[in-house]
Amino acid sequence: MGKLLEVKNLRIDFKTYGGEVHAVRGVNFEVKQGETIGIVGESGCGKSVTAKAIMKLLASPPARYKEGSITFNGKNLIEASEREMERIRGNEISMIFQDPMTSLNPTSKVGVQIMESVLKHNQISRKKAYNHALETLQLVGIPQPEKRMEQYPHEFSGGMRQRAMIAMALVCQPKLLIADEPTTALDVTIQAQILELMKDIQKQSETAIILITHDLGVVAEICDRVVVMYAGKVVESGTVLEIFQNPEHPYTKGLLKSVPRFDMDKSVPLSPIIGSPPDLFSPPKGCSFYPRCDYAMKICKDHDPEPEDVGNGQITACWLQHSMAKVMNTHTATNVGGGTKR
Amino acid sequence: MLKYVLHRFMWAIITLWATITITFIIMHSIPGDPFAKEGTMPESVYENLQRHYNLDKPKIVQYFFYLKQVALLDFGPSLKSKTLTVNDYIEKGFPVSFHLGAQAMIIAVFFGLILGVIASLYRKRWPDYTSMIIAIIGISVPSFVLATLLINFLAVKWSFFPVATWKSWSHTVLPSIALAMMPLAYIARLMRTSMIEVLNQDYILTAKAKGLRKNAVIIKHAIRNALMPVVTILGILTANVVTGSFVIEHIFGIPGIGEMFVKGIMNRDYPVILGSTVFYSAILIFLIFIVDVVYTWIDPRIKVTGASK
Repeated sequence: MGKLLEVKNLRIDFKTYGGEVHAVRGVNFEVKQGETIGIVGESGCGKSVTAKAIMKLLASPPARYKEGSITFNGKNLIEASEREMERIRGNEISMIFQDPMTSLNPTSKVGVQIMESVLKHNQISRKKAYNHALETLQLVGIPQPEKRMEQYPHEFSGGMRQRAMIAMALVCQPKLLIADEPTTALDVTIQAQILELMKDIQKQSETAIILITHDLGVVAEICDRVVVMYAGKVVESGTVLEIFQNPEHPYTKGLLKSVPRFDMDKSVPLSPIIGSPPDLFSPPKGCSFYPRCDYAMKICKDHDPEPEDVGNGQITACWLQHSMAKVMNTHTATNVGGGTKR
Repeated sequence: MLKYVLHRFMWAIITLWATITITFIIMHSIPGDPFAKEGTMPESVYENLQRHYNLDKPKIVQYFFYLKQVALLDFGPSLKSKTLTVNDYIEKGFPVSFHLGAQAMIIAVFFGLILGVIASLYRKRWPDYTSMIIAIIGISVPSFVLATLLINFLAVKWSFFPVATWKSWSHTVLPSIALAMMPLAYIARLMRTSMIEVLNQDYILTAKAKGLRKNAVIIKHAIRNALMPVVTILGILTANVVTGSFVIEHIFGIPGIGEMFVKGIMNRDYPVILGSTVFYSAILIFLIFIVDVVYTWIDPRIKVTGASK
């Protein structure tokens, strides 16, 4: 499968009255055709900013693309003009947002909002566009699509609205779909339906999906690969299997440990990651996870670990996995593993 | 819809009754009466006049007498004019004031919306500052100052327009501009705020993510949604403007209804005061009704069928 999207060393700053926020600080990942990748991380780690950056939907100012490249189908989007981006948005890359309640225009018919995209990107008649929109509504499992086309968003339930949003995103058969927490605002049963729908669509249309979420369950459900972000950086990435079975980065381990499980002893409290992410106005010099890390070492404080391939395509940015550390590990494994908790 | 209109009409009647009652009470609690100033008037003439206009009767009788009159759409005679009734005043003056006010509102809405939208799109850059300076001038400079300046430059110095009076269309231009400034400024400010709010909504991002051009996003998705608060104040602004402005009409010598309002109060001309208040209220109520209907047209979430409440 070919490379569809490659994000390389992406850095994005926001100018605010309080100073510059370094929201994304060197993010690398790639998406192959037809693949689903999950971007996970806690609030404020730069997931959504990265997603919007790919679409170039960040208002600039305050946002500033400082460094790096976003290569989509061989073209660097950061250098693309606004006109070129207009052709790409909704057509080749489309996006679903978190809250379907507020993401549809309340004063415009749902049908019209879906047709808008079709008419923008294809030279076809309104009649054809209407039929196409109708088919897409059917595809996303909205019953009575003829009637629904004429309704306004407030006449839709939350789940139906998210389906309509998905229809809107898919109507031009994009190569890449970015879903920014598509199920966060929905209740659990609807969440499952929407995820099922996305899985189905992926099978049918070979659309690559970037799923942004903080729900690890969702990732396990539908993703092929996972990118774990922390404080504006990718700390670990790999296949779902690797990440869930052999998490190497302490942050990933912490995330997985903090998820409640069905087979868990109810008397044992959940184990959260103590502390909070660093202030991105002045990010730390060393590893950004250092203050919260159970395995922190001296080197972590002042030197930021480079991402390293730890085998099977799993990439981790942690001194513990560093090629130099590997040698030492054999001698001091016990020491590193448990002893240095501060 | 018919049920809704009837419901609104009923409430309009109740509102008008309340207006009449309150105005009647306030009016009669102000000291003095229509004929009190004319000190040379013999006692017997004064008493005759009082009797002729039922002013010697108890207040409560006068009140019900007036209610009955208004129910028949007769606002009674003017106490100061020997020949004209209040109805005559309205029939003569209102078309003029309405013409002037309507023109002013067209200017105000058109330019107010444009200024507001431009200001919101170029927020914190020079078009925003320019628009808002115009708006602040419009709100803070009194209309008589503006009117005088307009007359001085556009009429006296450069003679583009006639100085005053009300004859041809070119006579209407300067007073319309002078009258439009205040509502224009309000609309511009409100539209700016409302647009900025709408432009931050999620659905604007959705529209952009569809690949729509910036202008298409603004025209199709932002402006319509931003109009709601503007429409709300439009009813009140229009009622104020079309029922005449004493100052503008006085400066330009326009035979409108605005002068009647003010002179009626100064002269304690009871029927004129009540008549103009009732007339103004009726127009206001009507315009608010129009505003409510326009709401449903702009925003499909609002429905008028809920007649019971």
